[in-house]
Amino acid sequence: MRKLLKYLADYKKESVLGPLFKLLEASFELFVPLVVAAIIDKGIANGDYAYILRMCLVLVALGVIGLVCSITAQFFAAKAAVGFSTKLRHALFSHISSLSHTEIDRLGTSTLITRMTSDINQVQAGVNLVLRLFLRSPFVVFGSMIMAFTVDFKCALVFAAAIPVLALVVFGIMLITMPLYKKTQKGLDGILLKTRENVVGARVIRAFSKEEDETAEFKADNEALVHVQKFVGRISALMNPLTYIIINAAVIWLIYKGAVRVEMGELSQGMVVALYNYMSQILVELIKLANMIISLTKALACGNRIADVIEVKNSLKNGSAKQGVPDAPAVEFDNAALTYSGSKETAVEGVSFKAMHGETIGIIGGTGSGKTSLISLIPRFYDVSGGTVKVDGVDVREYDIAALRGKIGVVPQKAVLFKGTIESNIKWSGEDITDAAAARAVHTAQADEVVDGKDGMAAEVEQEGRNFSGGQRQRLTIARALAKEPEILILDDSASALDFATDAALRGAIKALPYNPTVFIVSQRASSIMYADKIIVLDDGVPVGMGTHRELIRDCEVYREIYYSQFESEATDNG
Amino acid sequence: MADVTNRSTIKEIWKYIRRYRIYLVISIILAAMTVALTLYVPILVGHAIDNIIGPGRVDFSGLTAVLIRIGVVIAVTAAGQWVMNTVNNRITYNVVRDIRDEAFEKIERLPLAYIDSHQSGDIASRVIADADQFADGLLMGFTQLFTGVMTILGTLFFMFRINIWIALVVVVLTPMSLLVAKYIASRTYDMSKLQVKTRGEQTGLIDEAINNLKVVKAFSRERKTVEEFDEINERLYDCSLKAVFFSSITNPATRFVNNIVYAAVAFTGAAAVCGAGFAGAITVGQLSSLLSYANQYTKPFNEISGVITELQSAIACAQRLIGLINEPPETEDGTEVIEDVTGGVDINNVSFSYTPEQRLIENLNLSVKPGQRIAIVGHTGCGKTTLINLLMRFYDVNSGEIRVDGKDIRSVTRHSLRRAYGMVLQDTWLKTGTVRENITMGRPDATDEEVRRAAVAAHSYGFIRRLPDGFDTVIGEDGGRLSQGQKQLLCITRVMLCLPPMLILDEATSSIDTRTEISIQKAFASLMKGRTSFIVAHRLSTIREADLILVMDSGRIVEQGSHSELMKKNGYYARLYNSQFKL
Repeated sequence: MRKLLKYLADYKKESVLGPLFKLLEASFELFVPLVVAAIIDKGIANGDYAYILRMCLVLVALGVIGLVCSITAQFFAAKAAVGFSTKLRHALFSHISSLSHTEIDRLGTSTLITRMTSDINQVQAGVNLVLRLFLRSPFVVFGSMIMAFTVDFKCALVFAAAIPVLALVVFGIMLITMPLYKKTQKGLDGILLKTRENVVGARVIRAFSKEEDETAEFKADNEALVHVQKFVGRISALMNPLTYIIINAAVIWLIYKGAVRVEMGELSQGMVVALYNYMSQILVELIKLANMIISLTKALACGNRIADVIEVKNSLKNGSAKQGVPDAPAVEFDNAALTYSGSKETAVEGVSFKAMHGETIGIIGGTGSGKTSLISLIPRFYDVSGGTVKVDGVDVREYDIAALRGKIGVVPQKAVLFKGTIESNIKWSGEDITDAAAARAVHTAQADEVVDGKDGMAAEVEQEGRNFSGGQRQRLTIARALAKEPEILILDDSASALDFATDAALRGAIKALPYNPTVFIVSQRASSIMYADKIIVLDDGVPVGMGTHRELIRDCEVYREIYYSQFESEATDNG
Repeated sequence: MADVTNRSTIKEIWKYIRRYRIYLVISIILAAMTVALTLYVPILVGHAIDNIIGPGRVDFSGLTAVLIRIGVVIAVTAAGQWVMNTVNNRITYNVVRDIRDEAFEKIERLPLAYIDSHQSGDIASRVIADADQFADGLLMGFTQLFTGVMTILGTLFFMFRINIWIALVVVVLTPMSLLVAKYIASRTYDMSKLQVKTRGEQTGLIDEAINNLKVVKAFSRERKTVEEFDEINERLYDCSLKAVFFSSITNPATRFVNNIVYAAVAFTGAAAVCGAGFAGAITVGQLSSLLSYANQYTKPFNEISGVITELQSAIACAQRLIGLINEPPETEDGTEVIEDVTGGVDINNVSFSYTPEQRLIENLNLSVKPGQRIAIVGHTGCGKTTLINLLMRFYDVNSGEIRVDGKDIRSVTRHSLRRAYGMVLQDTWLKTGTVRENITMGRPDATDEEVRRAAVAAHSYGFIRRLPDGFDTVIGEDGGRLSQGQKQLLCITRVMLCLPPMLILDEATSSIDTRTEISIQKAFASLMKGRTSFIVAHRLSTIREADLILVMDSGRIVEQGSHSELMKKNGYYARLYNSQFKL
């Protein structure tokens, strides 16, 4: 949390002035009981109407000063809090954008989103609250005590005794209930999960006739939650009655003590009223303070979650090379291996091959055989854990990352578009893409009918491309990658939602591209890669075969099995 | 209009509260009591102060009596407060529990059509978030609205008893704070609306950009994205600052009004103590009581406006929740229980569409003999999955009928019909729980050996054994860290264990590599011998062995026959099949 404070630095003035004006307001409030005491002791005792009126005008004046002070304080507090969160939001967002795949994997996107949104909002509210109230409440409590001491030392001792007891009760109850509240939150998460699961899995649950069992489980979880809730409720319900008792017991003691001192002529009646009023002020502030501490703990927890993300460092070091070596192979792997951080086993290892300019490389293998891991080394989404990967003859780690990725068009497995228009999505990789280039890319990607079916390039795309079907999105993401006419094109299982005929037409069109890109096709379908110049067969993260279709059918057991599992053959009988 | 629905919602809510009406009565009585007693304390303190007029003029016996009285009153009040709070908690949490239980039961009985057409997040948030907000509102309503109103009435009563004129001063001046609060709220409404809208816009961008951060990075678009973000962020700063600042004026402003009231009471009160003619004499103690009332009286006024907005949103939440509970459930269940199904399925003249405007399946006829293997192929949206929805009776046909073993499926119970099928879908669904719990879903009584055998047959035994706790490994939300292929294997194991007489595989092996798929199919073939099965797939290699291949297009069966027959026909199916080999 302390790390986040630097985003408040630009609002130093506001963060000092806010609480300061709040203190001013509170100190003027503390004069009110004294004024009332003066009215009673001087005005009433002497029947002096003019004095009473003057004093009441003083009360109004105190109110006006209080109003001005507190509005000023609110303004500074709001400015500091909102400014702080704006800066923090920007810093966090650019920080998250700068993280590499390794960190994104480790943190997970859903938590990054909550940190970006609700956590920051909580922190903003927390900062605002602190600037406005945090100094005020303790100040009023202790101020009241100090004022009580100025009124009468002996009676004020009652305050000195009551305040620690009050603090003990308030903080004690908070300390006991806070973990319990966390427990109810967890219980709530549990029944949320159960509900969502039952909506998403409705078909399976009904197919297995598990409705009654699921309902019974839900009811048990729900009952357990309510049980904890009631228990916490009973404890926090103690807060008000206990503070009420303590304050009023103090009042009784105070009045009795006051009476003794009045009898001895050491105190006036008005002063007893003043002391009583200070006690009442403490009660009001204590309730505010307790509420505030709850929101403050929340804000602190959220602040720490944000700080955790900001502390995560990008593990990729940027290089400086902008250009490759002429006439070198487009892509060259030399004994490359990748181990994801936090994992003991290598995802892929021992990969060596050369891909010349304009060649098509097919990568095939079973589920989890390391196909995607292999190709993610080319745009340097991850750093190799052994060996080297070169693009145009230069180690990918020496490249400026943006320059490296500028050469490469990637079509990821998950076909996702971004809010905007079809055109803004196709031209996503740079503003300099011409309309003609965009149209060519759409054509090559077999996406003409998608664009025409949606009223042209200006058609609206909703968030994540929700208003397009899987197959439509896939073709548009291919067009997006083609639009910048990349030197290297990577298709990561990008045709899975396309039927075989479209898939074949797509491959034909890419082959015919005039700028002749080096193409990597990752697929589980043998038909998608069998005409590639070179096919890499992966099994459990290790290349077990490399060559043309013909060579592999002859030499590679795994490839043969994959191929014959998909195509009819005399040699196998898979009935 | 809105009023009417509000009223009916409140009526519905009352149905749930009614069960706890005894608690409610206790709560109301206690609230009345504690408020009255709380208000009585300042009077007693006033009496006490009147007993200490000056040196030598302190009436100790009178004072002690009053102080003892105060002690008793606060003890009773505190006890009453605690019991009241506890009772309110109990009512609230019980009501919410009841509503949640009922909503969940409804979810289990909603027609699939409802579930398919609503976002799962929306339904879940009604049961959880809406119920929670409703609980908060209800609790606040109980504790603050009621006691607030009681406090206002009680203070008025006591003030009028002490001095009518001073009480009138308070009554006339206090509503000013309400007016001020309302004025500020109406001014800030537009600003906070703009803030909410801008924040929503920003959240949309954050969602999209972070969810797909890897794509953003693949295209080196980080800087551009941050620029887009900053543009919204700047706008958010402007409107947030205004919204936060103006809404935070409310408190100081109402507090200022309270201070004015306080000064006015001090003045009129002090004048009255001095015996000014207009007011009627009061004592210093009474003045002190009045002053503390003036503070207490205005506080609930400030709170009530907050409580009312809270209550309004609570009712809106209850409306959504009750809307879900009142959704019509699935159509009437049949009564007959079918057992020992042999697996004959007849589809006679069936028509079906999800929406009346878009016709899907029309006049479909099909006769499947027990033990036949039916494959369904065709483009996305051709009605493959719809057919399965109808077979399992997730949806009811619009016209025509489906018979299993000669019985119309609408005449038998859904449970017995669905038990006759084993289903594996492309969307793998696993519940949070252990691997074993997931596998034994259809047969909770299966022995360990049976579970193991099913896992071996489904080729899931290998990876299950490598999991940290084997069959007892807890799988997290949505299958946790299992890969899509592993999840599919578990779903297949689940069906392998049940061995139902009929089988539905909807792209069941789409995420499993082809070699494993073949071994699984072999296992299915031997285990399911003599069982009717329906297989949807787009890998044509999976389909070739079927007894009957249905080629569907726009809800119609355009071709049917065995693989060799269809290839000979050289039509739609042959084209689809051959495209695998073409470049």
